[in-house]
Amino acid sequence: MIEQNLILILVLLPFVGAIAASTISVNSRNAAAWLAALVMLGGLAALSALHAQVAEGRVPRAVINWIPALHLNLSLRVDGFAWMFVGLVLGIGLLVVIYARYYLSKTDPVPRFYAFLLAFTGSMIGLLVSGNIILLVVFWELTSLLSFLLIGYWYQNPAARDGARMALIVTALGGICLLAAMLMIGQIIGGYDLDLVLASGDLIRAHATYPVVLGLFLIGAFTKSAQFPFHFWLPGAMAAPTPVSAFLHSATMVKAGVFLLVRFSPALGGTGAWFFAVTGTGMATLVIGALIALFRHDLKGLLAYSTISHLGLITALAGIGSNGAIVAAIFHIANHAVFKASLFMAAGIIDHESGTRDMRRLSGLMRLMPYTGTLAIVASAAMAGVPLLNGFLSKEMFFAEAVEWHNGTWLDNALPYIALVASIFSVAYSLRFIMTVFFGPAPVDLPKTPHEPVPWMRRPVELLVLTCLVVGIVPGLSLGPLLNMAAQSVLGPETPWFSIAVWHGFNTPMIMSVLAMALGAALYFAFAMRISDGPEGPPLLHRLRAQKMFERSLLALSWKWPRVLHRLAGTERLQPQLRLIVLAAIAAGVATLWAGMRLAPQPQLTALDPAFAVMWAVGALCGMGAAWMAKYHRFAALVLLGGAGLITCLTFAWFSAPDLAVTQLLVEIATTVLLLLGLRWLPKRKEEIADDRLASARLRRLRDLAIALVMGLGMAGVAFVVMTRPTTSNIGDWFLRNAYHEGGGTNVVNVILVDFRAFDTLGEITVLAIVGLSVYALLRRFRPAPESAESPIQQATDAPRLKDAMFVPSVLMQWMFPVMIVLAAYFFFRGHDLPGGGFSAGVTLAIGLLVQYIATNVRWIEARLIVLPIRWMGAGLLIAGGTGMGAWLFGYPFLTANAQYITLPLIGPVPVATAMVFDLGVFALVVGATVLMLIAIAHQSLRIARIRAQDEPQPSEQAAE
Amino acid sequence: MSETLLTAAFLYAQITLGFAGCLAALRVLRGPRAQDRVLGLDTLYVIAMLLFLVTGMRTGSLFFFEAAIVIGALGFVTTVSMAKFLLRGEVIE
Repeated sequence: MIEQNLILILVLLPFVGAIAASTISVNSRNAAAWLAALVMLGGLAALSALHAQVAEGRVPRAVINWIPALHLNLSLRVDGFAWMFVGLVLGIGLLVVIYARYYLSKTDPVPRFYAFLLAFTGSMIGLLVSGNIILLVVFWELTSLLSFLLIGYWYQNPAARDGARMALIVTALGGICLLAAMLMIGQIIGGYDLDLVLASGDLIRAHATYPVVLGLFLIGAFTKSAQFPFHFWLPGAMAAPTPVSAFLHSATMVKAGVFLLVRFSPALGGTGAWFFAVTGTGMATLVIGALIALFRHDLKGLLAYSTISHLGLITALAGIGSNGAIVAAIFHIANHAVFKASLFMAAGIIDHESGTRDMRRLSGLMRLMPYTGTLAIVASAAMAGVPLLNGFLSKEMFFAEAVEWHNGTWLDNALPYIALVASIFSVAYSLRFIMTVFFGPAPVDLPKTPHEPVPWMRRPVELLVLTCLVVGIVPGLSLGPLLNMAAQSVLGPETPWFSIAVWHGFNTPMIMSVLAMALGAALYFAFAMRISDGPEGPPLLHRLRAQKMFERSLLALSWKWPRVLHRLAGTERLQPQLRLIVLAAIAAGVATLWAGMRLAPQPQLTALDPAFAVMWAVGALCGMGAAWMAKYHRFAALVLLGGAGLITCLTFAWFSAPDLAVTQLLVEIATTVLLLLGLRWLPKRKEEIADDRLASARLRRLRDLAIALVMGLGMAGVAFVVMTRPTTSNIGDWFLRNAYHEGGGTNVVNVILVDFRAFDTLGEITVLAIVGLSVYALLRRFRPAPESAESPIQQATDAPRLKDAMFVPSVLMQWMFPVMIVLAAYFFFRGHDLPGGGFSAGVTLAIGLLVQYIATNVRWIEARLIVLPIRWMGAGLLIAGGTGMGAWLFGYPFLTANAQYITLPLIGPVPVATAMVFDLGVFALVVGATVLMLIAIAHQSLRIARIRAQDEPQPSEQAAE
Repeated sequence: MSETLLTAAFLYAQITLGFAGCLAALRVLRGPRAQDRVLGLDTLYVIAMLLFLVTGMRTGSLFFFEAAIVIGALGFVTTVSMAKFLLRGEVIE
């Protein structure tokens, strides 16, 4: 139980911290930094509490069942590998937090940075400890999303925006592939539990879809860990603040990809395809990354390509997949994290203190910043693989695996040579970093005069470099136990204990190391001048920029081709769009119904009532008239629409749906007023349109009439066939039978709305609230067409004043207000048993409020009666949701309703249902949303009048509206 | 006897109301002025209300009463807002 809570704390604490950090004021840099550091420390404490268990080889878990039937559970597990990795993330995270406190300038919104950083840490930890592969993908995507936010932290900078977007597109694309792979794995083995997946390696490898699964999986892992040819996003992400780069490149983000490779190597690895794809890509990335890194002039660019190269090394090891290779991969993950974080921090210090990252301008910094220089030199020596430093050990293990492991393929035979070549380059670029930046003549014309940073900015680097040394000198005592713990959790408990030693004797890997160092130094010193003078990138290859290609293809995909497609197949005009929709509907209807739809053998016909037949004719005429008038006589069309709507209500009542009739009537009234309010802002019609009399226009109208007739007759026919069928028992009967017993109401419609299908209603009112808010938001910046912006001609100065014109009606309308409130209450309270309910009551009250606005004017009414529609909406949602959650208190599922009779003094037994409280929420929300929309439009005339009052409206003032 | 009389009266009332509806709809359709259309619609509302009441009486059902109440208490809102639109050029100012 306790470990379950510890794991939950581990995952949730960073997210909680992120939310807390985002609420901190922009100026409190220290508060945010302290908060972030404490969260990291808290995570480390929780992690160390788990150590004893994990070290014994047990796997603490926290499982919260979510949808067990679909194998979707929030399952978290911490094994040795995850433990080590989480420790790395939190430890380096803590150092990054401290470093960033001194790196970010006073003008940066620091709390936002820490909020993103904490959330990113949380998702990375979640990814590491997920015990369910779908959950893993969710956290995976979260890291993509948050790295996007982190890289784009300085969003004023176009390079940051581009880099962030590119990173998001590439890694999220990979995430989709990964999700597909995980779903396929789930299909193959019948579950998404990670342990099950790891145990079913044979089943997956033997399955026919294994190549597809492997391909999708690898695209996911390769995009994340920047493997060739997806490597280009990582240098683009250099626009991020350096602490972010240090974090992304060392313990998180790119390491997620190799984590996944190592984690899934028991399930997917061990085949020829795996070896060629993973080791092949890894080796290619190793060489290409190292080659490009040598030719970069940008300090961070060199480090970025070196990261790519080192990730290639880890990937290659994961591809080899022998016990030794996996141990070496895990070892190198940790080592690389440590030295790369310190190098990025050192590069950040150099950038921070000297104002440039261009290695052609930097020189001789050893004299100006000796401490930082020493630290950076030690760290880059670790990167080059110099003995007595941690990078040397894992690199030597890599050489050993390359030489000793065999499966007889050509790639296997080539491995040692490729490794050697890459190492030569890696030594050369490390040397270049050291030599150009720290040695040579004193720098000239730098933007700032470099000096040592504040001590606390250097502390994280010092600690990391110290780790490099300790691991490099006494590996067996420092990292050995952790490494074996991690390796056993990946490879199985019977894995032999690996002892890491500094000295293995004078063997082949040792010779390779010495050779690489000698040749690398020779290479650098031979070509140092030419590299500095050359272009940014290797000779010949520098013209081939993957970044540019990506941007070009993105432009084509997201802009050029869609434009072409739009031009060929799209239209911006409403009429053709509607025509296409109607035609598509006709086609779909004919295609599906042509064969199957027949009139029932004995149609159930109802006797025709003459009065209603006449009224229907009236309604149909009004409807057609509305369509006829809609183009040129909008007001007339609106009146006709009102007529058609009225007859619809009549029909509902006639077909014994009084509930619907009442609701429809209310909606009809509110809609008419709404349309009238909108009509004010539509441009006046043009008197004569010459084209309208041409033959082509007539022909077009004829064609549209034909389409309309087919559609209308078709709908009528379908309705007739359906309604004349003999009734069969359906779900409606069930509702009719059970409404009273189960829901405690006799009005079945209302019981369905607030009880049986209350969840749907909750969703619908939420949508209504969203719609209301969107309408409000859209109208805040509303600009009418110039010709309708003026005051209507009816309000000219010689016309009668509003007060005089509306004198009598306004008194009547104000007196009707209490009546309407009573009517709303009446509808509300009887709703559960008789026609009515929260919705009708809400619309009634909204109409009542609206009438007050019509009777007088906005200023007058708002001086006396203030409606706060947004509060109504919020209260409504809270009440409805709260009622639903109230059921939890009694141990029932969400939105379980309860109905019973309670006895009130004087009145006697009264039926009470929790559904009524829910209905109250519906009522409040409907009032709020309706009033919000109506009043938002009504306010436009005031607003536009104000804008008109200023002769030349200023853009900034409109923005403040 | 009284039942027959009542049935006949309801039928007659419904048919005449239907006829009145036709005439009102004609006004709505033909105009000629916008004011005529609005008045026609108002008449249609009143006719619908009466039809609800008559039908309710004929079938002995209480449920038609709701709809009649709504038209009675709120039906005028449509007419008023349209009238104000014609009078002032906008509904709420």
